[in-house]
Amino acid sequence: MMRILFPAILAALAVYPFVGTSYVPLLTIVFAKALPVLGIILLLQAGQVSFGHALFFAVGAYTMGFVLRDVGAVDLVLLLPLATLAAGVAGLAVGVFVVRYRYIFFAMLNLAFSMVLYSLLEKFFHITGGTDGLRVARPTVLGLAMDRAEFELVLYGVSLALLAAALAAVHRLLDSPIGHTLKAIKTNETRVEYLGVSPRRTLLAFYVISAMLAGLGGALVAVFQGLATPDYAYWTRSGEMVFVAILGGAGNVLGALVGSFAFEFIRSFAAAYVGDYWQMTLGVVLLVIILFQPDGLIGLVQRLGRRPGRGRAGAAGERGRSERNAMERV
Amino acid sequence: MLKAIAAATAALVVASGAITSDAIAADKPDKVKVGITTFLSGPASVFGVPGRAAAEILAKDLNDRGGIGGVPVELFFTDEGAGGETLASEFRRLVQDEKVDVMMAAISSGNCLNLAPLAEDLEVINILWDCGTQRIFEEEDYKYNFRTQGNATPEMMAALLYLLQTKPDFSTIAVVNQDYAWGRDSWNLFSSALKALKPDVKVVAELFPRFGAPDYSAEISRLQALRPDVILSTSWGGDLETFVRQASQRGLTQSSTFVLPLAESSLQRLGGALPDGAIVGGRGDHYFLHPETKDTDKFKAFVAEFQDATGDYPIYPAFHMAQAFAALEGAYAKAIEANGGEWPDEDQVIEAMNGLSFTGLGREVTLREDHQGLEDQLIGTARTVGEYDFPIIDNMRIYAAEDIMPPVGTESVEWIGGLDQSFLDTKFDAYTYGD
Amino acid sequence: MNTQLLLLVLFDGIAYGALVFLVAVGLTLVFGVMRILNVAHGSFYALGAYAAVSLAAWLATRGMPGWLALPVYLVTAVVIGVVVGGLMERFLLRRIYDNEQALQLLVTFAIFMILENLQRVIWGVQPYFYSGPLQALGNVSVGGVTYTAYQTLFLPAIALCVLLGLRFFLRHTLAGSVIVAVTEDREAAMAVGINARRAFLVTFVIGATLAALGGALASPTTSVLPGIGPDMIVLSFAVAATAGLGQIEGAALAALLIGLGRSFAVFYAPEFEVVMPYLIMVLVLLVRPEGLFGRTAARKI
Repeated sequence: MMRILFPAILAALAVYPFVGTSYVPLLTIVFAKALPVLGIILLLQAGQVSFGHALFFAVGAYTMGFVLRDVGAVDLVLLLPLATLAAGVAGLAVGVFVVRYRYIFFAMLNLAFSMVLYSLLEKFFHITGGTDGLRVARPTVLGLAMDRAEFELVLYGVSLALLAAALAAVHRLLDSPIGHTLKAIKTNETRVEYLGVSPRRTLLAFYVISAMLAGLGGALVAVFQGLATPDYAYWTRSGEMVFVAILGGAGNVLGALVGSFAFEFIRSFAAAYVGDYWQMTLGVVLLVIILFQPDGLIGLVQRLGRRPGRGRAGAAGERGRSERNAMERV
Repeated sequence: MLKAIAAATAALVVASGAITSDAIAADKPDKVKVGITTFLSGPASVFGVPGRAAAEILAKDLNDRGGIGGVPVELFFTDEGAGGETLASEFRRLVQDEKVDVMMAAISSGNCLNLAPLAEDLEVINILWDCGTQRIFEEEDYKYNFRTQGNATPEMMAALLYLLQTKPDFSTIAVVNQDYAWGRDSWNLFSSALKALKPDVKVVAELFPRFGAPDYSAEISRLQALRPDVILSTSWGGDLETFVRQASQRGLTQSSTFVLPLAESSLQRLGGALPDGAIVGGRGDHYFLHPETKDTDKFKAFVAEFQDATGDYPIYPAFHMAQAFAALEGAYAKAIEANGGEWPDEDQVIEAMNGLSFTGLGREVTLREDHQGLEDQLIGTARTVGEYDFPIIDNMRIYAAEDIMPPVGTESVEWIGGLDQSFLDTKFDAYTYGD
Repeated sequence: MNTQLLLLVLFDGIAYGALVFLVAVGLTLVFGVMRILNVAHGSFYALGAYAAVSLAAWLATRGMPGWLALPVYLVTAVVIGVVVGGLMERFLLRRIYDNEQALQLLVTFAIFMILENLQRVIWGVQPYFYSGPLQALGNVSVGGVTYTAYQTLFLPAIALCVLLGLRFFLRHTLAGSVIVAVTEDREAAMAVGINARRAFLVTFVIGATLAALGGALASPTTSVLPGIGPDMIVLSFAVAATAGLGQIEGAALAALLIGLGRSFAVFYAPEFEVVMPYLIMVLVLLVRPEGLFGRTAARKI
């Protein structure tokens, strides 16, 4: 499934800017915002939902703003790893505390930390620009100063490439032994402990990775918009990330891309066609997904795609897995 | 000097136009598309919605008169209340997808600071129609951005001058401003000028509740304990109304003199909650009872139309919108003329904007070479009279823009640092209610 | 530090804490019984505020005296609690009691989005303001500072009544005992013939009514405008988590703590006003993961 769909989608997206350009900005945002969603999906494997990942998104975004304002002209090639690293450090600092908690407490403590950051960003006007946010100047790319159109095209490519790499890496990671340990935390944490593995340390490692993904996404959005605002850290942003993860389907890393794509397009089309009712539209879509399609859009695609080739081993394996998931839910 | 520059530029444009008139005459479009950012949601919408109402009236009038050089204008509104990121995307969408010819952004100073560079980047003419921060043209040189109204500096100087000239006996002051660019910048200007002109005044509290805060109880308790002689607030819209209402309920408005440089826009909504004696103004010389222009036909017609549409008298965002439209119309007329009657391209309109003089519904405004408008300031004292069920502005003074703002190329803070007592003798035109 | 200021901090803190408690107690009650963290709780608060302010202002134009708005608030809150809260429990929450917590949280998040939108469509985006009851109750003077009796006396009194009323209901009435039984052990309660579904419905309606009542009672003191729901929900979360989820008396203390923390900040460090509640929550949770009064749940093997 992953093997056919993934390269096909990637190829189509890579070719797109040469065919049409009208959705390039929207798609760039889709790619960038899929990264924190991927981080959420990662933690969902362990059954943990973070209602505060907007924190790391904001850390990534503000790192871009601070460096460009206070250090000066730093290249994009250097900035992105820097922002990711900053989010990783923040993830480690917060993670050390939050991995001690599970379920609702995990969700709420994440929320609390993100709201602390939100309030600080909003309040310390002289450092952060307050509610107006921080301008993010356009950096050079490999030493080249670009105009807006060129830069947007480059950013499209960079975001797509980074997302593709992240999707592939996380997919592999989840299939590795440590990935299976992570999933075991959800089903039976004590058993993991008996096996001599520390669930906390495992969760912390993945927490830091998910924070870095969120930070990278925030950095890309900030540099694309030219702006970092405290809203990036507000709790409804975190809620949206979890929403998108469930919308796309938390059972597969591609859910991040599919969900982000669906979310941004529903949002922009709903805004255009149902006007004042776009938020309600999203809410209803979310309800329908949870109640009738709990493995998300990607689950739907998988089931449709499986029908003709029912006998294949890979498909059967996947089916078995999703059935097991369904049973765990009951 | 300015006129000379303008004339010279115009002549240059005419000359160049004459040589290559075929080459640069753009095709006359079906419409002139204008994108406008204004607050349509949140507490600031009590300010932004009248701005939109004014724009609709002005556009209709303009189109009834045949539009701009025979081309009707079409308006696109977008909501500043949606947050910085969404606003930036909308701005981008209007320019790139709707292909608007001119943007008018924004009300919030924070939004102006973020959108001005974006307009420059997208190469679209942007009229800063309402925001106040003086930093825009003092910190950057812009090609595409113009401000068709005054800014924080003349506004704060007018409020301070009025306070020092009419009620000089005070020794303590507290400030309650919204926590964003405008609230911070305006206090910075006011307090540094106060320090230069009356250094013995003590600042007893600097409170910056967040933009859109629904409750000021704790701030009011603290102010009551401190009992400052003067309370300054440059807040506006719903925030100002909530603060003044809560202060009035608890008697704070009785014990301190309120200085509210933007309260002209809230008089009708506050009614009796605003005490007589408070110092009130609107950025610029804007008032529905403007002593010099209120009896002109143009003014009366606009007030009548605005009342028909909204049920209220126009407030200063409506007047600012009138100035933005006057500038737009004036610039296109000038550019068309300079282009030998042909439709101008964007650069020609920009040329025409430089040094442009135009009249909205107050005194004439001129755009300086740094693209900042020179607009005189009206300020006065709130007083209750029988004719209206809300306070009017009495003891009005109009200060000339040139006297109360730094010259081109000088930053406000630096200029204010150099002020001395002679500034207190700044001249003004005085009017009382009913003049 | 002088006593007058301390007194002011105390009064502001109590007034604010009382309001926050009224909202947070409903959230914590619902969680205690149903194990669902209701993100839409803040929307009930906003609905209550909007309905109360528009109804009271309309009645005032027809000559209703200011104090009469108070019973109107109560009726409004009950109607919202029963209708909106009841429908939400009956048709949505009931279907997801067996799902994992993340999905339950998201269902309430979806309802939050829908209600926020609904509220914007019905009431628009302009602020509403009606302070009839606040003016009717007059002012009181404390150490030279004027307070409204509504905020310093009436709201704390109501909060106290709600606290005592809930205690009495849960400990001394049959319906209350049923709810407590379901909370303690759902399966055992059902085994002895208790209708858990009905207990859930009643609990949820009470929770929603309390949130709406909080909104209605807050409306004379503030501008009612978009965004009050999402702001209030995080505050209620902070109170509920600080206290320990499900702890009703604890919520009262935590609300007081957060109210005092906030007014302390306004007087001594205004920059920290907004961050105070979350800071308190983080600090408490770091030391005591289950909150100040929470009990450690046994971990299932």
